Amino acid sequence: MEKIKIEKLSLVFGKGKAKALKMLDQGKSKAEILDATGCNVAVRDANLTINEGEIFVIMGLSGSGKSTLLRCINRLINPTTGKIFVNNEEITNMSDKELLNIRRKELAMVFQHFGLLPHRTVLSNVAFGLELQGIEKDEREVKAQETIDLVGLKGYENQKVSELSGGMQQRVGLARGLANSPEVLLMDEAFSALDPLIRSQMQDELLLLQEKMQKTILFITHDLEEAIKLGDRIAIMKDGEIVQVGTSEEIITNPADDYVESFVENVDRSKIVTAGSIMFKKPKVARLKKDGPAVVLRTMRDLGLSSMPVVRTNRTFLGFVKLEDVVDLKKKEIKTIESIIRDSVMTVNPDETVEDMLPLLSKTNLPIPVVNEENHLLGVVSPTSLIAETTGKDKGEINEIIQKAIEL
Amino acid sequence: MIIGQYIESGVNWLTDNFSGLFDGINTGMSSLIELIEAFWTGIPFYITIALFTALALWKAGRKNAVLTLVGLVFIYFTGFWEETMQTFSLVLASAIIALAIGIPLGIWSAKNKTANSIIRPILDFMQTMPAFVYLIPAVLFFGLGTVPGAFATIIFAMPPVVRLTSLGIQQVPEDIVEATKAFGATPRQLLVKVQLPLAMPTILAGVNQTIMMSLSMVVIASMIGAKGLGEIVLQGISQLRIGLGFEGGLAVVLLAIILDRITQNLGQNQKKK
Repeated sequence: MEKIKIEKLSLVFGKGKAKALKMLDQGKSKAEILDATGCNVAVRDANLTINEGEIFVIMGLSGSGKSTLLRCINRLINPTTGKIFVNNEEITNMSDKELLNIRRKELAMVFQHFGLLPHRTVLSNVAFGLELQGIEKDEREVKAQETIDLVGLKGYENQKVSELSGGMQQRVGLARGLANSPEVLLMDEAFSALDPLIRSQMQDELLLLQEKMQKTILFITHDLEEAIKLGDRIAIMKDGEIVQVGTSEEIITNPADDYVESFVENVDRSKIVTAGSIMFKKPKVARLKKDGPAVVLRTMRDLGLSSMPVVRTNRTFLGFVKLEDVVDLKKKEIKTIESIIRDSVMTVNPDETVEDMLPLLSKTNLPIPVVNEENHLLGVVSPTSLIAETTGKDKGEINEIIQKAIEL
Repeated sequence: MIIGQYIESGVNWLTDNFSGLFDGINTGMSSLIELIEAFWTGIPFYITIALFTALALWKAGRKNAVLTLVGLVFIYFTGFWEETMQTFSLVLASAIIALAIGIPLGIWSAKNKTANSIIRPILDFMQTMPAFVYLIPAVLFFGLGTVPGAFATIIFAMPPVVRLTSLGIQQVPEDIVEATKAFGATPRQLLVKVQLPLAMPTILAGVNQTIMMSLSMVVIASMIGAKGLGEIVLQGISQLRIGLGFEGGLAVVLLAIILDRITQNLGQNQKKK
């Protein structure tokens, strides 16, 4: 179900917006519009749908308009044109009163620099959102205490926030957001100001919390690793435009343009790319009952294969046959290949990553079979493509290296 | 000079047409000042000294409490106790009015750009104009006496608290303001729960400045008949009695130091202890 919908949203800063918007429609570039009108286009024709219960990450470098887009959702910044819907209610035409209400009840926000009240204790910071709603002190403190326990701040209730470390402060920020029991959490570079170690820890905790809470989370970051780790889906922004939306794997294996590609090339692909996406689909197979050694040998010679997977008629994977065994079998004139199947082969499912598959390489020189839950063969991953994924070299280069190794 | 003529006719026009208003202000202010003065000159000196010392001990620490005690006892023995209390009452009344007008003005100019661009040059004007100049329209509006003295003092002492209130609110970090708005605060909640508490140390610095400037002006205001230590100093000058002038001046300095130490520490009472 869709939770937040952004339609044709543009945001222009400066005077002479009308002219700038016209130029936007004509498809003029950001620089051209700046030259002609002096207006800065922060967000350009953004369209997004965010589903209930997902962590949706918007990623981009500073100045890409990602934080500005986020602030349009709770209207800390008003968009110049376009519409935003939360739960099918249009945010963009709400009165101030309705807006206050939706900010209080449905859209909580967590900030990069925490935005906590330094003169107050942890407890009263967490209860702050409820205080603004006019909830009685006792009631709001009970609720705040629950969220404090949830984010692991128990025992810190009466400390001043200025006495806490960055990681702890952001827990307070998170707890303050959660105390309102909102449906949507807007997190603006929430972990960017933290040390790498603490950041990673907070990411893990957010994922754990999310398993329990199932909120809709909109997370802004400039860090692709973070986007990949947290995001169910990722949108990449550049110069105010959304260039690509997809799962992390879609973005890494199939970048929409050079910009996204330059972003993803430094990512550790082995943790993201899965067997399913690099396998060779529908490989030639030997069917146990139907294909005898002669047929198998001919297919293997035609395709230049040194091994071939064997399946039952219903595509259940059984094992591999090797070229030399088939030749041997044919010489002995045995009619079935059953005796030469090597079935001590490790299979993988399509979700397993390259990193998971790498250890298998050392145990076999056969391709790695990819099977589904019913053990049906879906495809094979060749050792060459596995190495290509981890090293980033292309297959030709790798074959060359392998050849040289063999010659030696 | 033509400008001078315009100012003169402007002030005359005001006194002619708004005499009722000025009379009203006069009555209101004089009753406030009389009330405060009646209190401070009414209670015995040892209770006053005890009160001040206790306040200093509470807010400003033991060292300043000793200073306060010694200073006030010294003033008592110079024989100008009543004048000192008159001066103090006038300072208190002027400062209360200056703060009551100045703090809201500061808030307004922090929140509203137009207000800020109007208020700022007026403040510059008020601060740089020689203090004696205020005495003239004060006399024209209110005659001679304590009220015109307080009036001139208020105008002279108000700018710092306006400026520092405005500055304090503007200095509240933008991310805290944004976070407060994001959680659905009304503008009033933002001001009361976030901006004012966070700006408080700066505002209190402004309060301190306003009180100190009130004191310096109250002395000058005795030229137009304000009662208190200024009278002693003025007497010293006009009769060339250097000893008398010095004694009066010393009492002013001591009162200034005591007020400064106490008000300076108003904002940080928790930390000191």
